[in-house]
Amino acid sequence: MATDTGTADSETLATEDGVRRRDFINIAAVSAAGAGAVITLVPLVSQMAPSKDVLAESTTEVDLSAIKPGQAIKAVFRKQPLFVRNLTPKEIAEANAVPLSDLRDPQTLEQRTKDGRVNWLITMGVCTHLGCVPLGAGEGENRGEFGGYFCPCHGSQYDTAARIRKGPAPKNLEVPDYKFETDTKILVG
Amino acid sequence: MSFPWAQHYEPKAPFMRWLDEKLPLPRFAYNAIGAGYPVPRNLNYMWNFGVLAGFCLVLQIVTGVILAMHYAPNGLVAFDSTEHIMRDVNWGWLMRYAHANGASAFFVVVYMHIFRGLFYGSYKAPREMVWLLGVVIFLLMMATAFMGYVLPWGQMSFWGAKVITGLFGAIPFVGEPLQVWLLGGYAPDNAALNRFFSLHFLLPFVIAGVIILHIWALHIPGSSNPTGVEVKSESDTVGFHPYYTAKDGFGLAVFLILYCAFLFFMPNALGHPDNYIPANPLSTPALIVPEWYFWPYYAILRAFTHDLTIPFTHVVIIEAKLLGVMAMFASILVWFFLPWLDRSPVRSGHYRPLFRKFFWFGLIPCVVVLGYCGGSHAEEPYLMLSQVAAAYYFLHFLVILPLISSFERPEPLPFSITEAVLGSDKKAVLGENTTPAT
Repeated sequence: MATDTGTADSETLATEDGVRRRDFINIAAVSAAGAGAVITLVPLVSQMAPSKDVLAESTTEVDLSAIKPGQAIKAVFRKQPLFVRNLTPKEIAEANAVPLSDLRDPQTLEQRTKDGRVNWLITMGVCTHLGCVPLGAGEGENRGEFGGYFCPCHGSQYDTAARIRKGPAPKNLEVPDYKFETDTKILVG
Repeated sequence: MSFPWAQHYEPKAPFMRWLDEKLPLPRFAYNAIGAGYPVPRNLNYMWNFGVLAGFCLVLQIVTGVILAMHYAPNGLVAFDSTEHIMRDVNWGWLMRYAHANGASAFFVVVYMHIFRGLFYGSYKAPREMVWLLGVVIFLLMMATAFMGYVLPWGQMSFWGAKVITGLFGAIPFVGEPLQVWLLGGYAPDNAALNRFFSLHFLLPFVIAGVIILHIWALHIPGSSNPTGVEVKSESDTVGFHPYYTAKDGFGLAVFLILYCAFLFFMPNALGHPDNYIPANPLSTPALIVPEWYFWPYYAILRAFTHDLTIPFTHVVIIEAKLLGVMAMFASILVWFFLPWLDRSPVRSGHYRPLFRKFFWFGLIPCVVVLGYCGGSHAEEPYLMLSQVAAAYYFLHFLVILPLISSFERPEPLPFSITEAVLGSDKKAVLGENTTPAT
């Protein structure tokens, strides 16, 4: 090095254990730049998460008064279908007759509904396999071998309590958070 | 790097001499795809597909950039803007059909390119890096094709996006937050459409970059050839130009005839009618299938219908859904290990009697069955067929290839490429000025 600030100079400043003053500057500079780069990643990554307008649409009210026993409707919750079904006594009996040991995702109908309103089965209309909308909520649609919902994509079959009984889906249809505001109105989300 | 007998670039015109000193781009092209790149003299038509794949990438970039001038990546208008391209934009129908069929054409030639590599052992040393980069390019192509198919925002676009992003939801613990993060919402919507458009525009240029690395890595050992015997002397090679520029030109003409037959006479033959229905999050099409080029992987995904449990109990170790996802990704990731799974020193399938049988009567029918099942409904007998074929697929790469490479007796190899072409007259073969290859 032609200049007198080169390595020869700094080596003369090394302490007994071989640490040079320049080592401190190197480590400090790389650490500061590294920390800065990592912090910069935060906005770059989190910009992809759901935006505020998407999050704002996160609750839905559903009026139950027009749904007769045996009927179901499709509502929309977070841009995804929501199945609201009024179970008949026969369907409730069928669901309760299944031993829990037969289920892939063991849950009773009581656990999947609200106390005293066991006939109101409210689930997401999103197959737990890969997210298709199962058939069965509409009039005349295929409800599968177990009388609940049938996913046409990969053949998952759900029973009258919307529990997975057959096919590739791992879980029962998800029951979202909801509460009864009045006897005929629920707030989902 | 090249063989010692490679011709050297000598600019003649004063301007070319001036340019060669400042920016030797013509020299670079001469050494890469001109007379300065010596290539084995015995390449057959299976060696055309690399150039064709490069042509397809250019075709997709040109038509894609034009489409992006007229397309609007917004959930409210995306479908309409696609129809606007089809009906109102001058020649818009041609650009869109050229792009959609160009994607299929790209996959056809890339699959031929991959099968060429699999049969002739092009993945073996010293070309492992060429193969590994090729697998990377293929993965990037798959991601690009998937996101491009979402853009018209029809029913198949929407539900394809939902199913494929749902795959990430199968990953334990982080799956669901990851899926919401990828989509920017709880289901595919405007946020997802916009980011897919942005990435669909970006990735082809990333692919172009990796292709440069792919060709760079290829040019270090030079091209392989149908005998799998390395180049030994000058008589084994001819210049890329004019010999293979001419051969590739002919191949390109044949390719264009077939491509144009689809483009002009059956532009929707490879598409789905459902994608001409606007995306509807509340109604699933009766059959969700990807484009034909993803069918084999889709069949592997759907082949797993039962959880992996501890035997004789109901304790689930891995859910069926996650098994399917893992197997689907593994079906391509296994290619990264191929250069070390196939240990036979003989490259070409022509000289490997056992390998050849398993290739033509095992792997090829297996992939065809997977492809057929992947395009069908998820019901019997297709599920059972997919299960058998998926099992064979992994058996082939993980068990059969390593085994046959240990006890197969290869047929005798020709002494050199020239001998394979001209017969065994050593004098004619070796000529006067024989130079060792390395």
